[in-house]
Amino acid sequence: MQNKELDVVTTQYLTCCQPPDELVLKNGQRLGPITIAYETYGLLNTDQSNAILILHALTGDAHAAGYHAGDKRPGWWDIMIGPGKAFDTDKYFIICSNVLGGCQGTTGPASINPATGRSWGLNFPVISIRDMVAVQKVLIDHLGIKKLLSVAGGSMGGLQALKWVIEYPQTVHSAIVIATNYRHSAQQIALHVIGRQAIMSDPDWHNGEYYGHAVPARGLALARMIGHITYMSEKSMDEKFGRKVIKTEKAGKDFSVKFEVENYLKYRGDSFVQRFDANSYLYLTKAVDNFDLTDKADLKTLFKDLPCKYLIITFASDWLYPSHQLKELVKALQSNNADVTDVEINSDYGHDAFLIPNEGQAHVVKHFLARMEKEYL
Amino acid sequence: MKTTTDNKIRLDYSVILDMVNAGSSVLDLGCGDGELLSLLIESKGCRGRGIEIDEKAVFACIARGLTISHEDINYALAAYTNKTFDYVIMNESLQQITHPQQAVLEALRVGRHVIVGMPNFCHFLARFQIFFQGRVPVTRELPYQWYETPNIRFFSLKDFKAFCRKNQITIRKQTALGLSRIVPCCPNMFAHFGIFLLEN
Repeated sequence: MQNKELDVVTTQYLTCCQPPDELVLKNGQRLGPITIAYETYGLLNTDQSNAILILHALTGDAHAAGYHAGDKRPGWWDIMIGPGKAFDTDKYFIICSNVLGGCQGTTGPASINPATGRSWGLNFPVISIRDMVAVQKVLIDHLGIKKLLSVAGGSMGGLQALKWVIEYPQTVHSAIVIATNYRHSAQQIALHVIGRQAIMSDPDWHNGEYYGHAVPARGLALARMIGHITYMSEKSMDEKFGRKVIKTEKAGKDFSVKFEVENYLKYRGDSFVQRFDANSYLYLTKAVDNFDLTDKADLKTLFKDLPCKYLIITFASDWLYPSHQLKELVKALQSNNADVTDVEINSDYGHDAFLIPNEGQAHVVKHFLARMEKEYL
Repeated sequence: MKTTTDNKIRLDYSVILDMVNAGSSVLDLGCGDGELLSLLIESKGCRGRGIEIDEKAVFACIARGLTISHEDINYALAAYTNKTFDYVIMNESLQQITHPQQAVLEALRVGRHVIVGMPNFCHFLARFQIFFQGRVPVTRELPYQWYETPNIRFFSLKDFKAFCRKNQITIRKQTALGLSRIVPCCPNMFAHFGIFLLEN
């Protein structure tokens, strides 16, 4: 059933928020023009009732599914999106865009500041999850969609999904919120802090003014290595690497790579540097850390009378976003008598579980969407 | 009570369906694969929610298109305000939970009515096994050995009624079930299963 694949897909670009109609950010600053990189899969039906917005995690991009011409690897959530898959492109019109502040096609700190003709660097305004969502709303309006069948995302994508529900309740029929939190906890912030410190203490960072020069590769790679550890579980790391040694130490002091896990983290760190901008990493992790749905009202008040229906998914081995955090949200939604389905899926893969083939996740998303299709108003 | 005969609604389900008013709101505590909840929605036009702790059962409920929370019954109700539901159903779940008293009282708080379906651990066949064989009973209805049973609370219909009296719970209706029909007399001796409609 899942052997069909999407045709070759391409990233599209929309430039919007041209002055004087710039986007007003959460902090009051104006930003424009903004370019949005996005991809779509499947066809929008005539009554526009089958559109689903996919929201990517920290380092994801618009390329969620299918293959770009000549690529060997598919998009980051190809396990979930495609013909016959959970987000079935034979039934649904799927949209995914790179977030504001990102570095993979959408305007971010590495983009050219039209006022100076140079990269924004740290002159790029501080952005928030709310601003990411506001840009996505511009895209949805551009595509002519009045109401999304669903918004769906894991990790930072889950934060965006929740923000969609709060900011545009009439535009969202349902939300699929995966492995995330309604506000970043001290531990989650702390782990991001180390990543940011790694980048900022790299001598090549130069207060973000490294464009055209050597990039802060060591710092960014280190940030990614820390990130990777938090995305895996103890068990999945042990199963994947154990204490496997890839080379024996030379006589005397030898601190070069010895263990398989060391080699893996180094590889992931180094390859990340090839595709990701260090300043984007600072801006995006900061946006996530600043995110707190409850900064103005408690969860119950916040979600009161919103018509959205929810699917909340967590993973038993995810210690970065442990299930009990989203359970608090579930309880608040239940106390409002909202239509919320929640499940903790038994996976050993830690936070990464939502990106790894997982029958349970595919099953619940598929059937939840089938119900949403019937109940779409 | 575990199997459904083809094309025929399980006896306990049909008794429960008769107890529930059409169009009401229902919370099924320990809803399993959601069969009863689906019946309530489809044949009685109820609005239904389920609570279930087993992951595979939760998946089955979602496949039926049900709204379901993956949760322990003892922690499931705190979020709900008083009398959120017309009915809270605890069918074949009470004998498996750690704090049954708290669960029933909480169910009565969030529900206007509570329906409890429970196996009768003092059916006469069970009594015979204890008395003549000196063994903890294993019957067709309670087919588990002591070391593998999911049941951790053992009580009879009479025990449950005493529990209701003690907690000042009103029993509005009660039906005693045998294997295939309703038991008209001496339920605590001859019924395998009891279904109670409770109110505060």
